Amino acid sequence: MLLSALLLALREIRRNLMRSFLTVLGIVIGVAAVITMVTLGNGATRMVSDQISSLGSNLLMLRPGQRLGPGRDSAGSPNFRKADVEAIRTQVGSLQVVAPTVSRSVTLVAGNNNWSSSINGTTNDYLIAGNWKLAAGREFLDDEERAGKAVCIIGETVRKELFDNRNPLGDEIRVKTFSCQVVGLLASKGQGAMGMDQDDLVLMPLNTVQRRLAGNQDISGMMIALQNGADTPTVMAQIRALLRERRKLAENEADNFNVMDTRQIAETLSGTIRTMTGLLGAVAAVSLLVGGIGIMNIMLVSVTERTREIGIRLAIGALESEVLLQFLIEAVVLSAFGGLVGIVLAFFTCVGLAALMHMPFLFSPSINLLSFFFSAAIGVVFGYMPARRAAQLDPIDALRHE
Amino acid sequence: MSLAGTPALIELSGIVKTYGTGPAAFQALRGVDLRIEEGEFIAVMGPSGSGKSTAMNIVGCLDVPTAGQYLFRGVHVERLERNQRALLRRHCLGFVFQGFNLLARTSAQENVELPLLYRGEEATARHAAARAALARVGLSGWETHTPGELSGGQQQRVAIARAIVTNPLVLLADEPTGNLDSTRSHEIMELLAALNREQGITVIMVTHEPDMACYARRIVHFVDGMVARDEIRESATCS
Repeated sequence: MLLSALLLALREIRRNLMRSFLTVLGIVIGVAAVITMVTLGNGATRMVSDQISSLGSNLLMLRPGQRLGPGRDSAGSPNFRKADVEAIRTQVGSLQVVAPTVSRSVTLVAGNNNWSSSINGTTNDYLIAGNWKLAAGREFLDDEERAGKAVCIIGETVRKELFDNRNPLGDEIRVKTFSCQVVGLLASKGQGAMGMDQDDLVLMPLNTVQRRLAGNQDISGMMIALQNGADTPTVMAQIRALLRERRKLAENEADNFNVMDTRQIAETLSGTIRTMTGLLGAVAAVSLLVGGIGIMNIMLVSVTERTREIGIRLAIGALESEVLLQFLIEAVVLSAFGGLVGIVLAFFTCVGLAALMHMPFLFSPSINLLSFFFSAAIGVVFGYMPARRAAQLDPIDALRHE
Repeated sequence: MSLAGTPALIELSGIVKTYGTGPAAFQALRGVDLRIEEGEFIAVMGPSGSGKSTAMNIVGCLDVPTAGQYLFRGVHVERLERNQRALLRRHCLGFVFQGFNLLARTSAQENVELPLLYRGEEATARHAAARAALARVGLSGWETHTPGELSGGQQQRVAIARAIVTNPLVLLADEPTGNLDSTRSHEIMELLAALNREQGITVIMVTHEPDMACYARRIVHFVDGMVARDEIRESATCS
């Protein structure tokens, strides 16, 4: 009975191919939208979590000022000094490395190429804190750091822009008034969690930047890597207490510096992305619902159009339940078919968009299955009303219907 | 009137059918008594509004009487549920309509198979039975044609094939020749008469054409919702 009802339904769909296709379009788009949103959202979340692991051990960022982001209140928030770095290094426990940083945006020139990038004056500890590996060359030597020699380690993007595909080691890059020698090349990390290019940077010894570019002894930030198993809140509290003391802040004064836990930021970010994914998925689900209403609409039209046919079926002995089943199966087959097409469409859309947005494509069987069953369920829910209407027709009236 | 021990195929007694309620109520049937034995060929005649179609619908289990008693082989049809009446139609009755009522865009073969589908017959048995029924009405070789590709007479033959494919006890024909020209009408009547004669199918036919009624051996005249005249003919001959 079920099989024959299925065959009947398929024949009806084939008989009205164009109309069936248009009916199904709503479901196709709805399912494709839901799957695409969720799949891309999962990809973005994965990208952020990859970022978290690429940060390596737990990392704290120390900056002057109270707020994050642009518009920092620099007045009343003095930069750090070398002595601060030493104090943290010696007085706070559970630290792996403390890397001071001074950043400057500059134009780099090599041969005929130039490129705007940022120079980080720092120490070799930066490589450990930032979980950087050297693709070629070496770290800074002790005497280079001490004497502030003009040497640099460059990121992959800088190499590409300045040296095309040549090996840059030993070559010179001109920075403002002086030239520095490339001694190392960083292994590529790719795009960061927020879309910025992590490989677009140049590292120089701290002293070099302070003397030749900044012209002062300020340190604009620190990257502090914790030892494995260190209790992050405790360490953060220690650093805060130490800095408050060193900066002579009174009890009632707010911090004029800022310690952030990067892992925590990344986790917050991936949480935000997950929320956005859910939200977009929900919006897409609404379109799935609209598609379901479209199916109900067409099924109702179909019942009216086929009143006579239903009358014939009833007259030759079809039971109410059999007519109901026929129309219900028709609606379910339509919507399930729409779901399948939507899944295929979503697959190609996701692959394309993921490639375009440099995101990993994560095929999620659960959301695909869920969407499929949801679309079939929509067929049941929205097909039931028209099907019941068909089944309850009076055969005499139905036969007389023109 | 009934023979002892053997219930009649169809026995209507005191059938009343009222449409509407209150002052607007209209009595389509006002106490119909009719007894039909197996193997009969009956023509039901009468002017329009005489209740003959209403009576046919009740006999065909498509409608229920407001009052009265309808026995089908001793079964009280008036007490049956909607689904039970559907099963009675499925297993014992065949319908032929004035407007053919075939499924559009569906082959003759598939149209004829439809009642078997509801009976849950196997595909091979269905195909064979449908081909046999189409052959019986003289449409061998037309199996794959859709109603749109068939003439009116041929469509009515497909409809008759669909009605007899289940070997029903009773064939109910509501103005089967109403949409056909005279030649085709006589062909259809010959076919119905042959089915009655050779297969013993009870045929009950509503018609208003005396030309067609003459094929029957019994003619029941309806006037104003009652049986006015019940005429049994010695032989079913048409002059």
